[in-house]
Amino acid sequence: MLYNEPSPLEIKVLTRRFGLPNSAHIDTYLATDGYKALRKALEMTPKDIIEEVKVSNLRGRGGAGFPVGMKWSFVPRDSPKPKYIVVNADESEPGTCKDRLLMEFDPHQLIEGMLIGALAVDAHAGYIYIRGEYRYLIDILDKAIAEAYERGYLGRNILGTGFHFDAYTHTGAGAYECGEESALLESLEGKRGVPRIRPPFPAVVGAFQCPTILNNVESFCAVPPIIRDGGKAFADLGVPKAGGTKLTCLSGHINKPGVYELPLGFPVDKMIQEVGGGIRGGKKLKAFIPGGSSCPVLTAAECEGLTMDYDAMAARKTMLGSGGVVIMDQDTDMVKAALRIMRFYAHESCGWCIPCREGTAWLRKILQRFSDGLGVRGDINLIGELAKNMLGRTFCPLGDAAALPTISIVEKFRDEFEAYLTRQPPPSRAEEPLRVIA
Amino acid sequence: MTFSTELEAKFARLLASYPPGRQRSAMIPMLMFAQDELGCVSAELVNEVARRIGVTPVQVEEVLTYYSMLHRKPLGKAHVQVCTNISCLLTGGAELWEQACSRLGIGHKEVLPDGSISLEEVECIGACSWAPAIQVNYQFHHFVTPEKLDRLLASLRNENPHAV
Repeated sequence: MLYNEPSPLEIKVLTRRFGLPNSAHIDTYLATDGYKALRKALEMTPKDIIEEVKVSNLRGRGGAGFPVGMKWSFVPRDSPKPKYIVVNADESEPGTCKDRLLMEFDPHQLIEGMLIGALAVDAHAGYIYIRGEYRYLIDILDKAIAEAYERGYLGRNILGTGFHFDAYTHTGAGAYECGEESALLESLEGKRGVPRIRPPFPAVVGAFQCPTILNNVESFCAVPPIIRDGGKAFADLGVPKAGGTKLTCLSGHINKPGVYELPLGFPVDKMIQEVGGGIRGGKKLKAFIPGGSSCPVLTAAECEGLTMDYDAMAARKTMLGSGGVVIMDQDTDMVKAALRIMRFYAHESCGWCIPCREGTAWLRKILQRFSDGLGVRGDINLIGELAKNMLGRTFCPLGDAAALPTISIVEKFRDEFEAYLTRQPPPSRAEEPLRVIA
Repeated sequence: MTFSTELEAKFARLLASYPPGRQRSAMIPMLMFAQDELGCVSAELVNEVARRIGVTPVQVEEVLTYYSMLHRKPLGKAHVQVCTNISCLLTGGAELWEQACSRLGIGHKEVLPDGSISLEEVECIGACSWAPAIQVNYQFHHFVTPEKLDRLLASLRNENPHAV
C-alpha cells in the first residue's frame, strides 16, 4: 500500500510501478519493461553506456548533485584491480524518505541500475549499504536479489552473455555520517564511519581500496529508464543542466505531506500549493528547507519565482540537496528549529575533525542556553561566527552541513533571536551558572 | 558460543559476501543480527565475532562504540524510538517524546524495571513525510497522535490504557 496519494502533477518515471499489485516481485517488473535496459546495455559498449548517462544530464540524487555520467567516467576501466558498485542507501538526511520507497516498491529497478553500472566499469560485485533502521528493506531486497539469481539476471553467465555480477545487502548500524561516501566505505570495511582524505576519490580508490562507482539509490534507479528510453528523453523532462525527475519529500506544515516525483525545474509555489495542498490551517509560509536540514533555509520572500533545480537553488545560495523539502509556517519558532537541527549535527559529528566536533557541541550548548531564555546579546553574533569558522575546515561536508543552516537562520530570522533576549528564564533554570560567555 | 541455525546461516552468508581477506566487513552486520537474537552486544559476543572475522576483540569494541544502534546492555522487549528531528518536531514529535517519558516514568535510553519497554529519543528515522513517526524495534508507526501513542504503549505493556 502506498504511503500517500499520488499527485496528478507528478511525472512518474522512477515511481511508475508504485501502486501496482505486488510491485516488488520480479514478474511485475518483467511485465512492465523490467530488465529491458539490461538487455540493451549488454549490446552496448561501456563507453556508449556512460555517454548515454552523460546525455541524460542525471545529477547525483544524494545531495551533492555531481553529474553521474562524469563520475562513472573517472573509473579507470583498465586498472588490474577489481571494480565495485556501491549503493548509498543510508538515507539519513533529516527531511528525506524517498530511497526507502524506491527499495520497498521497486527493488529490481535498483538491481538493474547496479548491473548497468557494472557493465559500464567492468565490476563484478555490488553492495547496497542500507541504514540499520531500514531492516525491513533488507528482507525485501534479499528476496529480490534471490529472484534475480533464479531468473539469470544475477550470478554467473548473466542471460547467457558470460557477464557475471553478484549483489549483496549490507546493514549499517545507526550513523548519519555513514551517508557520506568515504565514511560509508570505511563502514563497509567494518570500521568506524570516519571520512577519508580525498583525493583519491572513490572512483579510483573506493571499496576495499579498489575503483568504485558509489551513487545514491535514486541515481541508480534512474539508470534503467535512461538506457531503455534514451538519455535525451530523460534530459528533456528537466531543465538544461539537470535532466529528469526528482523524488521530492514534502514534510512539515503542509496539508498533503508525501513523496512526489516531480520534473527538475518544478515551481516551488506550485509544489507547495498544488502538489502539497497548501500550508496547514491556511497559514502563511515562514521558512523553507529545499533539500534536507543541511541546506541553508530560505524565507517565504526568497521562494518567490523559485524552481526546484540545482542551479536555481545555488543562485539563492542554497542547495537542492536530497529532495527533503521541509515547510515551516508563520508560527514556527526558528530558535527552536535551529537548536533541534544543531542537536542533530552535534550528535552525529564523528569527532574526526576538531572544528566540527567542537563547533557543533558548542553551538548546541549556546542554542540550548538561548532557547532556555538564558542567552545574552553577544550570543547572536557568536553563533554566526562560530558556524562560519567551521566552513570548509573539515574532511567531509558534515561541518558545513551543520554550519550552513545555522548561519542562514541567525541571519534571516535575527529578530526572533532578539525577541528571546527579553524572555524570562524558567524558574528552574534562573540560578544556573551558565553565563560563561559575556 | 552457539547461535540459532538461522543466525549461523546468516553469518555464513555474510562471511562469503566480501572479497577474500575482507571478512572484517561482516563485523557490523554480524553484531546487528546477533544483537537482535541475544538482546545486546555482550563481551562474549564481541570475542566470538572477533574470532570469526580474524580481528582482536578491541578492534570490535572500537567499532561498536561508534554506532548508535549497537547496545552493550539489553534494551526493553519493545524498544520505543521517538523521532524529534525537524519534520517530526514541526508535527508534534517533541510532545510525543514528553508524553512517552511521563507515561512510562523513564527517560532517554532507560528501561522499565520489568524489561518490557525501553525508550530512546532518536534522530531522523526516514519517515519525514509521515511525521510524527516512531519506531518500535524495527516497526514504523506513522502519523502518530497522542491517542495512538497511548494505545501503543498500553498494548506494549499488555495492560489497559488506564494503567499506562
